[in-house]
Amino acid sequence: MKSSNQVEIAAGIFLLLGIAALIFLAVEATDSGAVKSGETYEIRAYFTNVGGLKPKAPVAMAGVTIGRVASIELDNESLEARVLMKINSSFDDLPSDTSASVLTSGILGDQYVGLEPGGAPDALADGDRILLTNSAVVLEQLIGRYLFNSDEESE
Amino acid sequence: MSAASSQPWILMAIRRLGNAGVFLLTALGGMRCSFFHAGETMRQIYYIGARSLVIIMMSGFFVGLVMTLQTYDTLTRFGAGDSVSTVLGLALFKELGPVLTAILFAGRAGTAVAAEIGLMRATEQIDALDLMGIDPIERIVQPRLLAGFIAVPILTLVFNFMALLGGVFFAIGMMGIDPLTFWGNMQNSIGLWEDFGTGMFKAVAFGVIASWLAVYFGWTAKPTSEGVAKATTHTVIATAISVLLLDFVLSALML
Repeated sequence: MKSSNQVEIAAGIFLLLGIAALIFLAVEATDSGAVKSGETYEIRAYFTNVGGLKPKAPVAMAGVTIGRVASIELDNESLEARVLMKINSSFDDLPSDTSASVLTSGILGDQYVGLEPGGAPDALADGDRILLTNSAVVLEQLIGRYLFNSDEESE
Repeated sequence: MSAASSQPWILMAIRRLGNAGVFLLTALGGMRCSFFHAGETMRQIYYIGARSLVIIMMSGFFVGLVMTLQTYDTLTRFGAGDSVSTVLGLALFKELGPVLTAILFAGRAGTAVAAEIGLMRATEQIDALDLMGIDPIERIVQPRLLAGFIAVPILTLVFNFMALLGGVFFAIGMMGIDPLTFWGNMQNSIGLWEDFGTGMFKAVAFGVIASWLAVYFGWTAKPTSEGVAKATTHTVIATAISVLLLDFVLSALML
């Protein structure tokens, strides 16, 4: 039998292990993990419709994830959705006329923001706004438009 | 117990349940005294908690691995392979982690506690303590109960952590899912309180059930080798059934 001192140390380590696991899981694997911020800079874009876009959705360029959606709010003046995006600082050379669109990965997949690079020589900086945006495609509107158009054609 | 055989089984079952409840309340009622036995409780935490780490960690890792493998395989058929971390996290934190940990705990530590107390009874150590004026409930039962209450939630956390590690190993390491997507989807969909919190609440409840049943079956074991064998068997059976039943009830209540 081990001495009671060693046993109590082992029990203490066990308790600490539990606390460490708790902190790790709570911070890394749940929604409280959003607090931590790496090396990022923030850009914003205004969309007339964001569809099902949610905070923390990926921001991708050429299919590669380069950032996250930080927040989505309704702008009170223009009544458009203001989307704040946090872009990884290693991608700090995006042209200033980059355009943003709300896209869907697959048919049932989550929505994300796709960036299309432009050709301007100057880069987007922290706090800049993306001017060219494409809103999310809403299926009901598409179907409605299609029905409406085919109606007109038949007349 | 002599009159028990003449009673219908349902009455016997109810009586046994009541007996176990009274036993738990008696043990918990005198808990303030156990504060002086913090050292003994720490020792029990080591024996039933820390010594269960290996089986919990190994099982957790492989459960996470196979969960990720199966869900990823199914999800890719719908083009939703990226959501694997959502499914893994939700299933793990809310159901698999607490339930599997409690059942593994019953097998690893519950049986040991039941057999130990049963043998103490069989070798008349409990009577000896009583004769010496030491309350055996305070000396033997309380530290083990308390240690179980503390150990099971911690073991659940370790299980969850290891299963997540298994998931990361398979999804990011072998299938090449983007780590940002993996963690992002997980943080997106798992609420700290409504998902992770309810899972931990379950873990606490299962800890109470698992250690209570282990101590109770050990305490009431017949002082024979057969009685001790039965006590360990009953511990595992009763814990597994009540944990699964309680899991359903708690899930339905907290959904």
